[in-house]
Amino acid sequence: MTNDTPLLEARGLTKRFPGVIANDQVDLVLHRGEILGLLGENGAGKSTLVKMLFGIHQPDEGEILLRGERITNDGPGESIARGISMVHQHFQLVPPLTVAENIVLGAEPVRGLRFDKGAANDRVREISERYGLTVEPTDVVEQLPVGLQQRVEILKALYRGAELLILDEPTAVLTPQETDELLAILRDLAATGVGIIFITHKLREVLDVTDRVTVLRRGKSVGTVATAEATSASLAELMVGRSVVLRVDKTAAEPSEPVLTTSELRVRDDRKRELVSGVDLEVRSGEILGIAGVEGNGQRELVEAVTGVRPIHAGHATIVGQRVAHDPRSVRELGVAYIPEDRERDGLVGVYSIADNLVLTSYHTAPFARTGVRQFPAIRQLATKLVERFDVRTPSIETPVSSLSGGNKQKVIVARELSVENQLVVASQPTRGVDVGSIEFIHQQLIDARDKGAAVLLVSAELDEIFALADRIAVIYEGRIVAELDPNTTSREEVGLYMAGGG
Amino acid sequence: MITLGRGLTLFTIVALTISYQIDDIQTTAVAARTVREAAPLILAGLCGLVSERSGIINIGIEGQMLLAAFCGFLGASYAVESMGSTPALLVGVLAAMAVAAVAGLFLAWTSIKLRMDQIIAGTVINIFAIGATSFFFAQGRTMPKVPNWSVPGLDEWPLVGRMLFDHGPFTYLAILVVAIVHVALFHTRWGLRTRAVGEHPSAADTVGVRIFRLRYVNLAIGGALAGLAGMALLQSASVFNRGMTNGKGFIALAVMIIGRWRPGGVLAAAVLFGFFNALQAQLQFKQAFDIPPQFFGMIPFVLTIAVLAAAGLSARPPAAVGQHYETE
Amino acid sequence: MGDASWLRQLVLPALAVVLGLFAGALLILISGDNPLTAYGGLLEGALGSWEGVGRTLDKATPLVMGGLAVAFAFKAGLFNIGGQGQLLLGAAFAGWVGYFFDLPAIIHIPFALIVGGLAASVLGATAGLLKATRGTHEVISTIMLNFVAANFTEWLVSRDGPWNDPDGGALARTPEILPSAELPRIGDLPVGFLVAVAAAALMWWVVRKSTLGFEIQTVGANPRAAKYAGISVTRITVVAMGISAFLAGVGGAIQTLGVNGRFEPGFNTGLGFDGITIALLARTNSLAVVPAALLIGALDAGSTLMQSRTDVEPEIISVIQAFILFFVAAPSAVRWLLRLRADAIESDDMQLASGWGA
Repeated sequence: MTNDTPLLEARGLTKRFPGVIANDQVDLVLHRGEILGLLGENGAGKSTLVKMLFGIHQPDEGEILLRGERITNDGPGESIARGISMVHQHFQLVPPLTVAENIVLGAEPVRGLRFDKGAANDRVREISERYGLTVEPTDVVEQLPVGLQQRVEILKALYRGAELLILDEPTAVLTPQETDELLAILRDLAATGVGIIFITHKLREVLDVTDRVTVLRRGKSVGTVATAEATSASLAELMVGRSVVLRVDKTAAEPSEPVLTTSELRVRDDRKRELVSGVDLEVRSGEILGIAGVEGNGQRELVEAVTGVRPIHAGHATIVGQRVAHDPRSVRELGVAYIPEDRERDGLVGVYSIADNLVLTSYHTAPFARTGVRQFPAIRQLATKLVERFDVRTPSIETPVSSLSGGNKQKVIVARELSVENQLVVASQPTRGVDVGSIEFIHQQLIDARDKGAAVLLVSAELDEIFALADRIAVIYEGRIVAELDPNTTSREEVGLYMAGGG
Repeated sequence: MITLGRGLTLFTIVALTISYQIDDIQTTAVAARTVREAAPLILAGLCGLVSERSGIINIGIEGQMLLAAFCGFLGASYAVESMGSTPALLVGVLAAMAVAAVAGLFLAWTSIKLRMDQIIAGTVINIFAIGATSFFFAQGRTMPKVPNWSVPGLDEWPLVGRMLFDHGPFTYLAILVVAIVHVALFHTRWGLRTRAVGEHPSAADTVGVRIFRLRYVNLAIGGALAGLAGMALLQSASVFNRGMTNGKGFIALAVMIIGRWRPGGVLAAAVLFGFFNALQAQLQFKQAFDIPPQFFGMIPFVLTIAVLAAAGLSARPPAAVGQHYETE
Repeated sequence: MGDASWLRQLVLPALAVVLGLFAGALLILISGDNPLTAYGGLLEGALGSWEGVGRTLDKATPLVMGGLAVAFAFKAGLFNIGGQGQLLLGAAFAGWVGYFFDLPAIIHIPFALIVGGLAASVLGATAGLLKATRGTHEVISTIMLNFVAANFTEWLVSRDGPWNDPDGGALARTPEILPSAELPRIGDLPVGFLVAVAAAALMWWVVRKSTLGFEIQTVGANPRAAKYAGISVTRITVVAMGISAFLAGVGGAIQTLGVNGRFEPGFNTGLGFDGITIALLARTNSLAVVPAALLIGALDAGSTLMQSRTDVEPEIISVIQAFILFFVAAPSAVRWLLRLRADAIESDDMQLASGWGA
């Protein structure tokens, strides 16, 4: 093995899941002491790739070489023994245990029958001093802030002698300060010779800390560049791409009176972190407002708040003059359609038939129910009509929705939500994981809703989609609207810069 | 928690003293009965604790205890025909621990291999135990009496003597086992891994802990403890009766919850349940208050629900309890 | 759902019953009796005479209600394991209405049934409310409420309790119910059984045809989607547990009005568990609960004759039932035992245990 043998090399890795190719002939090279950024949108295949490197998934094709030698994929335990460790997006820490207990778990120092806590604490202290990662071994993990928990995860890897560290979206859960600290730690670690693969979709972090960047897009590696030669704009372009030309015939918007207004809106996530920090928005009848932004910047919470699913912490939102309450049904009754981001989990009941899913929000109203009794002929009639009109490819309206393809599932939701007249349409990632034909169809439906006078709030991480549909663009970054732009006069590079927190 | 524990201990001592001044005979009777009634609950509660700490809900404790009492009784009863009563009792203990451990392994197997719902699997054990123990039960057998080990000298002390130093071996054993489980859970590698597996199995899995093997081991250990709990029932009854557990296996779940999944807590909660049982039993004989005895009987169960419902009382079960672990 | 799939749904329960009876036969063999004689006696005792059939129907009646209670809660993704306590409350309150009020039978009987059901539904709704608002697992709360209900009903009829029978001496029981509250028999056919069958039909209708049934099943299948669609998960959880307990309570009420004639504590222990077996055997289909309960009821009713013929203890029924429950909940075990292909058995994934706490 020579000095320039890469620490890790992946050649032609391919992984297929039912219905999708998650990774398609991906190559990757990592050297000792190097930080490699792995950049891509959600669903681009980053997680699948590193899970193969770490031994969780078995590649269907291709090979992995560690220190120049081909390795077979024998599970995480074997990977750890070889010096590969991974810090998962969801921490693999046991919350009620102490820092030291978490770090030594599985390789505990023992004295006789007893677990030697003193020795564990000493070892942890020693490593934490050696790498400059300050932690108190006796602290209980669940009482630590997230940033420190992550540090424990990294120490866990170092305790096991990791030479290669994979971090899966490590900054997704961190505050900006914690992020800066993490990036500094990674630089120091790399200086000691550890090779690091750093997954993110935030451009600033990539530019800040990596030596090289590999960009994934729709399961394929679309390029590897030296960070020094990259700019936000060039990376953004690689990341969002422009291969699929989305053509939608659309006339100029004719906005009239405002339908949705938010004022100083603040929303917290389940862990009480404020993810929407004072958003003022106005969406008018007859226009599409596109919210562009990298995922995790508060879009989900914003949408859930205006649809009544999540409580508003401060400020307020009104729809056609009515205050939005924490009650999804009352919001719907104002004439609001909602296409949620996670269709399988939030938008559909998988075991239900297409027909039942089509009345999931209107099952209790006439003509689908009278005095609490469901009216099946009316439901069947509606389902037959909508399946035809929205081109849902299915053997029958009684088919369980779970057996449909992604595009057809989404068409069921779109049919349910857009087949009636709406005041406001909230569409969150409406074409994620949907085939190209369905994308065009769904886009046309959104335009039609606008032309019929609805106000449309579109949230999308795909710039193509935003540019294809939006009459106005608002860019969200860290819970705030950082720019409002006119799609006719702005460029995708400019939007990308705002999305990345620049500009 | 130490201060609360101390406070409760102090309160108990004061209350006992005052009560003893008022009516020494009744107080002594209730106090002694409290400890006696607590013993099977302690052991059964620890069975639940060892299972749930590793992530498996065990509502089959009732059935495990019943099977254990049955096999313990039969074992001792047949063995005494060819040996002395002490070795015969040991045979009974081994039989009791073995059968309950097998039931524990069955629960682990249905959960790990068959991916059966753990509550349904526990119910299977309970129904089976009621049926099988009655089906094979033959009237008229006897077993050697479990001796009473009173501590000479100490058992003469007023109140405390009868309360603490005049019991059968399984009562002393129950208290000893609390200490053993405490040390094992918080100071050994097994304990660390058990807590990790019950809280966050994938964290344990990714660092190479063999979680399924650990769950089998724990369910077997828990079963052995339920076996001792069954013997503790025989200690007071001296004979096997149909359905003699009479819900104690379910009460053990409540004991475990009020005890916050900690051995010391299980001890305290079992004593609390034992106290209310003893009080209720004593009041059946002598009407001391206007409060009907059944209301004392209700208190521990209402308390269990209240403890679970009140957030922040740290009644937090192991996070992964009841969930099947998916290996990717 | 086509006819073919309806038939396929029967495969697992049928195999479970056969395997359960087979396991029981092995035990009978081990204990030195002839299983064929034993099962012959069982069959004859349960169905060999009109009297036997009547006894089977009597035994099956509370089992239908207990099975419906468990099955209904299952629809909302909830596990009501508190059938025992709910049944006791229903039986006690029906007993009270039965002796305390003097009404014409046409009012008295339904009134007693409904009061019994409502008393039980308070217990169930409490468990539902704790689940929805505090995250208290309904399995543990319903088990605890079993003990609360047992103590409470025991007090109600105890010597110092308000409903004690003054003529009963030291016995803890209510006075006998008035004739106007008695559920009659038509020949050997107990009317209580007809009430249970009607309840099964009503539940089938509610689940299949009503908006409430739709809401309950939606919450059971995907609570997040239910919330997004505007269904109040809290309300549905409380309502579903309340109705489930109501059904169990009516089961207890029928027992008082149709069989026992008064309330005495401590009858029918273990009924909550029977309900689980029956609900799973019926695959939570309320109409199928009736034959499933009849099966278990027949085993129970025939066991006396079996015992007198062969010395086989009637408790063998519990063992058989345990095996049936095991096989019906573990299709993979059935497949493995019988070397069946994976698709030979239709099974739904029964997963309810998901933590005690939040």
